[in-house]
Amino acid sequence: MNLEPLGDSAVVATLGPGIDEATLASVRGLAEALAAAKGKGIVDVVPAYATVTVFYDPLQFAESSEDAYASVCRLMEDCAARSAGGGPAAEAGVFEIPVCYGGGFGPDLEIVAGRCGLKAAEAAALHSGADYLVHAVGFTPGFPYLGGLPEPLHTPRRETPRARVPAGSVGIGGSQTGVYPVASPGGWQIIGRTPVALFRPEGRPAALLKPGDRVRFKVITAAEFESWK
Amino acid sequence: MEVRVIRAGMMTTVQDLGRRGHLAEGVPLGGAADPFALRVANLLVGNPEDAPALEITLIGPDLEFAEAAWVAVCGARFDGIPAWRPLRVEAGGRLKFGMRVEGCRAYLSISGGIDVEPVLGGRGTFLAAGLGGFHGRALGDGDMVRLLPSARHPTGHWSIDERVLPRYSPEPAVRVVPGAHALEYGTALYSGRFGVTPNCDRMGIRLGGPQLERSGRGDLVSAAVAPGTVQVPPDGHPIVLMADAQTLGGYPRVAHAVGVDMPLLAQLAPGDAVRFVASSVAEAHALAHAQEHRLAILRNGLAGKFNPS
Repeated sequence: MNLEPLGDSAVVATLGPGIDEATLASVRGLAEALAAAKGKGIVDVVPAYATVTVFYDPLQFAESSEDAYASVCRLMEDCAARSAGGGPAAEAGVFEIPVCYGGGFGPDLEIVAGRCGLKAAEAAALHSGADYLVHAVGFTPGFPYLGGLPEPLHTPRRETPRARVPAGSVGIGGSQTGVYPVASPGGWQIIGRTPVALFRPEGRPAALLKPGDRVRFKVITAAEFESWK
Repeated sequence: MEVRVIRAGMMTTVQDLGRRGHLAEGVPLGGAADPFALRVANLLVGNPEDAPALEITLIGPDLEFAEAAWVAVCGARFDGIPAWRPLRVEAGGRLKFGMRVEGCRAYLSISGGIDVEPVLGGRGTFLAAGLGGFHGRALGDGDMVRLLPSARHPTGHWSIDERVLPRYSPEPAVRVVPGAHALEYGTALYSGRFGVTPNCDRMGIRLGGPQLERSGRGDLVSAAVAPGTVQVPPDGHPIVLMADAQTLGGYPRVAHAVGVDMPLLAQLAPGDAVRFVASSVAEAHALAHAQEHRLAILRNGLAGKFNPS
């Protein structure tokens, strides 16, 4: 585990070189141990792919130099030692997310399908037939970065990002797929839309998905999308 | 008690000191881009330091007060509005911001504070998700903004010692802690003068000027970023992330502005410039403690200047 500062109020622990399930398990284990430890001065814990970042408030620590940074590093070492090999305690969720592919909801489905020589419906079937793993949540509120996209569907991001991607849009960016929970600018290829809210500000938690959760997509028709409640 | 928005200005939003505990869900810290100015503005009218206030950007609003109130404007300076001191607005009175004189963002606190519901632990506006603040959006002409009642008011004639204020400048030297990929960029960050492009908002400031060349190769795995992170996209023009920054980023991280210098960045407007100076985590913490010490002196000094105290 490598520790380094992210500015003056966060420490990043890097647990592996890249994107793989074993690293994700260590990331989840450390993030859970840190959340349970409720260390003094710790304000937030952010797991992502191969890193866990701890945000702290330097003013909650004594004024002697390096003290806050060293204390947070020590807490992270302790939690890493405690969580090593144990694996995450929290149950990973399994979610089925309905998606209406193509048409106005998925204007880029034809582009994605065309690149791998498939018809639009076949590309949709391939996307909805795979199992996905949530590697990270971020970028915008509740946005899940999903690993497990079938290789033929890997498609580069759009040359020019869209100024506004509607909430619920399902996109492909390179080897990843994900869902835009709130309307935002976006450069991913948009292949469909879900009527399910992946981010609910009044919910606890507000984000539907967390790292480690499993996701499958289910094809629905435009009529089913409209009547979904 | 209400304030009527006659003209909303360019972008006027409700902000406080941000949300904590929701970064892992992709919800940014948010809150005032210049938290120091917001805290002092609140102190000057007897509010809690984290009370929601209005963040005013480049072009100020024109407001009408139904009842008398005390207000304070801190941060950017505007014609016709004395800054960094309590001001009395009479019932039916107007507070009209003139031309911007310096800085980018002013904070208008009103005695009692703005009455908006907390969302995910914060009362500030996160525009990109339409979350919090005044209906999740910037104020518009004709809006009515509700205030909480306040029984306290400043007494006597006084102003604060300007030596406690940040060293605002149209070309500040911002102290940074080196980032994870600093070694891939040499010392170019510290020798150049970077211009502030029109592409600057609460999420980040795109800088013009020297391009930073990366010696390393390959894509990075996305990891946490924070307000103050200086990231470098492939075009070599650095971006400084601000209060509403996304929670994860995949560009190389060359440096991070220290917390006490975030107000200097928040006051940059298009056409301004910035230089970067190398600092360390230890120095940044010492600076943060020193700033809190100055704020504590200010807070103590103000304690006897309100009725009822």
